[in-house]
Order: sequence, then structure tokens, then C-alpha cells
Amino acid sequence: MMDRSESRAKSEISFSVNGQHKKVRAYPMERLLDILREQLKLTGAKEGCGEGECGSCSVLMDGALVNSCLVPVLQAEGSDIVTIEGLASGDTLHILQESFLENGGAQCGICTPGMILAALHLLNGKPGPTMEEIREGLAGNLCRCTGYSHIVRAVAEAARRRTAV
Amino acid sequence: MNRESIVGKSVPRKEGRDKVTGRSQYVDDMVLPNMIFGATVRSRIPRGRIRKITFSPEINWDEFVIVTAKDIPGKNCIALIGDDQPCLANEIVNHPEEPILLLAHPDRHVLPAAVEAVTIEYESLPAIFTMEESESRAEIIWGADNIFKTYLIEKGDVGGIWEQADYIVEGEYTTGAQEQLYIENNGMIAVFDAAQGITVWGSLQCPYYIHKALMALCDLPAEKVRVVQMETGGAFGGKEEYPSMIAGHAALLAMKSGKPVKIIYDRMEDMVATTKRHPSRTRHRTAVSKDGKILGGEIDFTIDGGAYATLSSVVLSRGAIHAGGPYYWPSVRIRAKAVATNAPPHGAFRGFGAPQSLFAMERHMDRIAQAIGLSAVEIRRRNFLQPGQATTTEQMVREPIDLGKLMDRGLELADYHAKKIRFASENQSGTTKKGVGIAAFLHGAGFTGSGERYLSSVVGVEGCADGSVRVLVSSTEFGQGTKTVLSQIAAEALGLPYEYVSVAQPDTFEVPNSGPTVASRTVMVVGKLVKSAALGIKQTLVSRKLLGEVYSVEEFRRACREYVAAQGQFRSWSRYEAPADVFWDDEKYRGEAYAAFAWAVYIAEVTVDLTTYSAAVDDFVALQEVGKVLHPLLAAGQIIGGVAQGIGFSLYEKVVWQNGRMQNGQMTNYIMPGATDLPPIRVFFEELGNVRGAYGAKGIGELPMDGPAPAIINAVSDALGICFDSIPLLPEEILDGMNRKGLAASLQENGVGSGGGDR
Repeated sequence: MMDRSESRAKSEISFSVNGQHKKVRAYPMERLLDILREQLKLTGAKEGCGEGECGSCSVLMDGALVNSCLVPVLQAEGSDIVTIEGLASGDTLHILQESFLENGGAQCGICTPGMILAALHLLNGKPGPTMEEIREGLAGNLCRCTGYSHIVRAVAEAARRRTAV
Repeated sequence: MNRESIVGKSVPRKEGRDKVTGRSQYVDDMVLPNMIFGATVRSRIPRGRIRKITFSPEINWDEFVIVTAKDIPGKNCIALIGDDQPCLANEIVNHPEEPILLLAHPDRHVLPAAVEAVTIEYESLPAIFTMEESESRAEIIWGADNIFKTYLIEKGDVGGIWEQADYIVEGEYTTGAQEQLYIENNGMIAVFDAAQGITVWGSLQCPYYIHKALMALCDLPAEKVRVVQMETGGAFGGKEEYPSMIAGHAALLAMKSGKPVKIIYDRMEDMVATTKRHPSRTRHRTAVSKDGKILGGEIDFTIDGGAYATLSSVVLSRGAIHAGGPYYWPSVRIRAKAVATNAPPHGAFRGFGAPQSLFAMERHMDRIAQAIGLSAVEIRRRNFLQPGQATTTEQMVREPIDLGKLMDRGLELADYHAKKIRFASENQSGTTKKGVGIAAFLHGAGFTGSGERYLSSVVGVEGCADGSVRVLVSSTEFGQGTKTVLSQIAAEALGLPYEYVSVAQPDTFEVPNSGPTVASRTVMVVGKLVKSAALGIKQTLVSRKLLGEVYSVEEFRRACREYVAAQGQFRSWSRYEAPADVFWDDEKYRGEAYAAFAWAVYIAEVTVDLTTYSAAVDDFVALQEVGKVLHPLLAAGQIIGGVAQGIGFSLYEKVVWQNGRMQNGQMTNYIMPGATDLPPIRVFFEELGNVRGAYGAKGIGELPMDGPAPAIINAVSDALGICFDSIPLLPEEILDGMNRKGLAASLQENGVGSGGGDR
């Protein structure tokens, strides 16, 4: 348990979130997830398990898919972070968001932000994945509602549309 | 009006945009000014008397708000069916993780250490952990006999059948606890104000259950308790009753501190402390004729309810009524019993007792088939319920369901017969063995027996000032698509575009009590009420001559606007009325148990790897008759998701118990299926329609939980020629089963064939 009364232990940490420069004061070992949710009010990333199993806190950090519940904020210094809030531009949804919506990829919605970022990470590295590769790419993100079929279909559909553009 | 039907179309999910953009507000996303955070100090022992509570001097307790049972203004219980479960244990604890004391602090991060710094001394009392120990009554831990509830369902004369029987087939089947594992943990925020009373916002299924519980706990009148549902990240029954406990805790802390209080469970607290699926044991003894007809039988169905009664009586009821499966029993005696143990109370989980008793029934059908030398297909065909026949509770099958035909279609979709032959030959060699298994089943929609009559649900539809309409229900969305489908129904009834209908967020200050969101009742029962309330809006406008019988959308909107401008609020209500021809006898447990049954045949194909002893599902066909499908995409989503949970229930999800406490309360060691663990699940619908549901719909939410376990375990048994009668079936149990048969050693030389049995 860290001693929170010692504010001098806090450091100033800078990084970019969804293209915007952010500066926060935080204990170095505070979780990136808490900083995003509590200080930056970006509540799209969710805590499902707090130990990197469920993936609902997934964000992209310098292009890599990370569980933000396992990342000490110090490690985010100077990095470029993308959260679910950074995907749509205005009222225009990202292709993946649109495809999740149309294909039933979101049910209760709690895993959806992390799932969409995992899918984005997958498609960034592999624009035309097979169904098996999609399942592999989403293996770190748990969903209890869908049984994954509609999520897999949504990702495949988004990949098709993206390469067709 | 000539327009395209909205029901039956996969319209966009109402709250879908917010979900895919991360804008949806779940309870942990909500922040109130001056909010503090609550935590719960829980029992470390299964049973005992609280002797002393000590607060470690290393913590400055002045910073904390502390609540004990003595701070409860009303009755120290979670009011539900009985009032036996305390909100905070006072003198006695009856299970591990039972709440004893509450703490709150402005910094949520200091709470775990504070919880650890509270020491509770106990005088231990003897505890019991199994159904058998409970039945032995060596130690009485609840009531006079450890029994929460019993039911007896009797049809015909079972006494006379044993002499006529050519075969008497017996079996015992068990199922384990299962964690709902919604990805959003439980959470609640409470605010108290002497004038306004208590308001809670939370992750929940049943606003009016919480409303009732808070009135009793806080000793407040109905108008001083307000319950609001936030977006809810999965529930599956797991947020049916326990949220009343958490709401109570948050409310007590809010009342004592005068500040808004947020309680969010972490994953381990949620897993070890909140409810799970009831473990079960079912014994079958069945008299069968040599041509494979069931003559009658006895079924003993027992569930482990944990330490308090909570919902066990109703789970037991549904399990008992489904215990005979979709078969015709000329005579049967079903004895059902819920017993107490010193574990946290087990509770609602999708299927609600039926997955347990149907697992037993469908494993037992395969055992009967083997005993008399018939195929799994043929034994079912010869015993399926037919229209005009009566179920175990004497409910007449009135709809033209043809289960034999349904099964044939399922077998064809699964390519069952060809696989059977192919696997029998391929399994002769190699270290992977394949099998196929069938489960045929039914699931009753809505509350059991007189339940809907007692609930007496009310639904409202409001004509708004802008000419749109709004549905007012306490029915909650937690992934199933409640808001979407109820909007479709109202739009269809009024001839409006789907976009002109919205659904109010469940808030007990705003919406009537349309009953709990459970029991696959929302679309069928609440949907029907939404339809009639919507038609009430139209009738009012027509009778006031604001609208003709035939109208355009613009005419409707204008009429609605005019009405609101002239009269103010424009609301139409509809209350549930039981159909006149529905008969149910609560005493004898006989009559129309459910307004409608959905019917299904599921077929699983599995591979067992004999180097790892693990079983995996390769193909899954889920074929069901669910009345009219109102939203094909959502309906398929419900089925696939339910099958996935059923696969977990069968092969992956094992709660490890020690002295009544779950030992593996983490996602690292309680394993639910991930994307690579599941096959494509193939979903097919038959649509007979249903006169009692909105636009012909039946309930579907729970159905898909019933079939996977027996289909899969039948398939594993088929692959290895060993009967497995307990789930979950993990690699160690498969290895055990093979060792028991002495097969593991001789495997290399001989192999095992498909289709064999161990009897």
C-alpha cells in the first residue's frame, strides 16, 4: 500500500491520448487505467479483473495492445495512447464500431471498447485476417454475452470494408 | 396503413452507438461531488459466533465511516421471498464472506488495507459443506431440518409400473456451481437526504426487488426509496438478488456519512461473495418397456442452496418442473428438495434449475438407450411429448410441435448419422477420439404457475410532447436487447418507425413495476403488455377524434402533440391479466406451469485428445422453436452466448471449494471460454408462433443454457465409450474415468470405439 499523504512522491507525467497532449500528476506506480478513468475522465476503458486476464481495459500504447490495468503510469511517459474515445470522428463511427453495431458484436457493451481496440490492433498488423486469425487476435479479450461469433463476424466484415476502401 | 413490419427485422440496437463508442455510463463511470467509497468486512469462517471486533491502531479510523448491524434503521434482512438473510451479520455468521461490517473513505485505494486491519474473533461452530452432510442432519444449520423447500410432483400411479417394466434403469447425475462471470463487477452508488430519502444507482436486473429491500432495511416508505439502473455490463441472473445486498450496504453508509457512497466490487470479491448456480444431484429410476417406451419413473432432484433461503425455492421449482424433459411420462413421481450448507447462498443463473435437471434427464436418456439397445435418436423419438399429451404437471401440449421432425432436422444439419459412422471407424486408431451427442429439451417462459398472476406487472407507454412515444417499464437491458425489442413492439403496434420509439431508463420514480427481468419473460410477457399499452395510446387519440383509424406517421405525431398540449401528460397503462384458461394448483403442483414452452434439439460434436485428456467442441448445432423471432440478430446472439456459457458449464468452469469458500475466485484460475475455445455455433430457428406472447414470441433467454451440457457430455461419452455423469468435466475427470475403466493403459494397443457404453 503506497502512502498517499506524501504528495511529493507524485511525479509529472506527459503522454499523448487520442492525439492530444496530456500532463498528469500521479504516483509512478498508479495504474494507467485509473489515470485514464479518474483524471482524464476517459471511462471507456473498463476494469473487469484487474489482473490482465479479461482485456476490458485494453488500450493501444505506441501501437501495442496493452492491458491498462497492468501498466504503471510512469511507463506511459512520452507514449502515444489510443482509447475507444479516440476512434470515432465526431458523429462518424470508425469502421469497426459500425461493423460491431451492425453485426451484433456488442451486447452488454462492457467488453466492447477493449474488444474493438484489440480488433483494431489485429487489423493494423494484418489487414485481411482469416477467421482463425481473428479468434487468435481476440483471445486476450473475454466476452461473456456473445459467444464471440458475432464479434468475429464484425471484425471480418470491417476488414473487408477497410480493404475495399 | 401499408407498411413493412418492424418485428422480425434486425433493427439497430437502441443503445448500440453508446456501447461501441465507450460513451455508455456504467455505475463505476458515474462520479458525484464529495463521493466516498465503501468496502465490506466479511466473515473468514464458515460458521460461528462473533466474539469480538478489533480495529488495528495502525489506522486512523477517524477518517472512516463505520457501519455495523446496530446502525440499521429498519429490519436487518434482505427482503426477498423469506427474510432470513441478514444485511450485516450480527451475532452469528453462517457462511464464508458473509458481510459483517462496512467501511467508507474518500480514497478508494486505502480501503483494502483497512478491511485487513479489522480483526474479528469468532467462536467456531460446526459447519457442513455438502448436500449429503446437510441431509444427514448431523448438524442443523437452518430451520428444523436444513431444508429450505420441498416439492412433490405426482402423475399417475408410479407404484404399479415396476412389475410391468422390461428394464429398470437407474442413474445419478451431478452438476457443479457456476459463476455468472459478467465482465462488469457488481457496483452501487447511494445518496441519502432526509427529505428525499435514499436513491441508489447501480448495476442490476430488478429495480423493484431493490426498492422492496431498501424500504424494509432503511424503514422508509415507498416514495422515499428510488432505484435507478445504470448501463449494466452483463448479469445472467447474477444481478437478480445480490444487488439488493450491495444497495443496502451503500445506503447504510450514505445514511451514516451523509455523503454519496460508491461500492464497486473487485473481481475476487464478486466471485467469492456473490451468488452462483446451485450445485445439484439428480437420481433417476425409470421403468421402460422392451420397445423403448418410458412407463414411468422416480426422479429425485436436490440442490445446494447455501446458507440462506434467498431464491432457492423458485430455482428448485423450475428445476423440478423441467426434470422430466420433453418426454411423455404416463406416470412419474418427482421429489425435489433444496438444502442448506455453509456456503454463500447460491442464486439465479440463466436457466434457473432447469440446466441442472435437464442435464440429468438427457444423460439418462442415453443411459436408457444403451441399456435396452436402442440408439440415442430412437429412444428420444419413441418418448417425445406429442400435441394432446400432458407434461409431468398435467399441462396439455396444445401447439402443433413435432419434436421428432425437429430432431430429424437437427440431425441433418449436424450431419449426425454420417459422423456417427465415420467416427466409429476413425476412433479405432489414433490418440484423438471423436463423438457426437444429442440433447432434446424444453424451457418454460415466464414465471412458474401462479407467478405472473402474483407479479401483476404494469407497463406504461407515453405519448410525448414532440409526438414520439416512450415505453415505461422496469425491465432492464443488460445485453439481451430489452430496449430494442420493446421499442419494436411499440412501433409495430402504433405503425410508427422504430426511431420514433424510445425506452425510459429504469428508475422507480419514473417507471411502473413491470416485474423483474428474469425467467425469459421480458419479450413474451412484458412485450405483450407494451403492445396493449401502445394500442391504448392509439385508441385514446382515435376516440378523441384527433386521429383516424388509418393514419400516417405525421398524422400520429400531430395528434399526439395536440393531445399533450391540451391535456398535459399522456400515458397509457396495461396490467397483466392471467388468461382465463390457465389452471395452476400450488398445493399439488399441477396444471399450466408456463404460458409457453420453447422446444429445442442441440447436437454437439467433440474431440477428446488422449495426450492431454481435454475435450473440445468442434461443431455445435442449436435448433429451436421459439415462437416468432422478433429480432433475428439479437435472438441468434442470445442463443450463441447461452451455448458458450453452456460449453463453459460442461468442460471448463469449475468452482473449487474449501470449507464453503471458493478458492479460485480469479479469471486466471476459474476459466471461462475465450474466442479460441469455442467452435462456430450454428443457430437455427423454427417458428410456430405463440398466442400468448407479443406478436407470437416466446421467451428465449434461458433456453440455450439447458442443452449444451448434456449434448456435449453425451458426445464425450460417445467418443470414449465411458459414461460421464458429472459436470464440469475437466481433463482430470476424463483421465479418472479412463483409469476407472482401465483404458488408459491399454489404449495404445487397442483404441476405443465410438458408440459403446459402459453398461
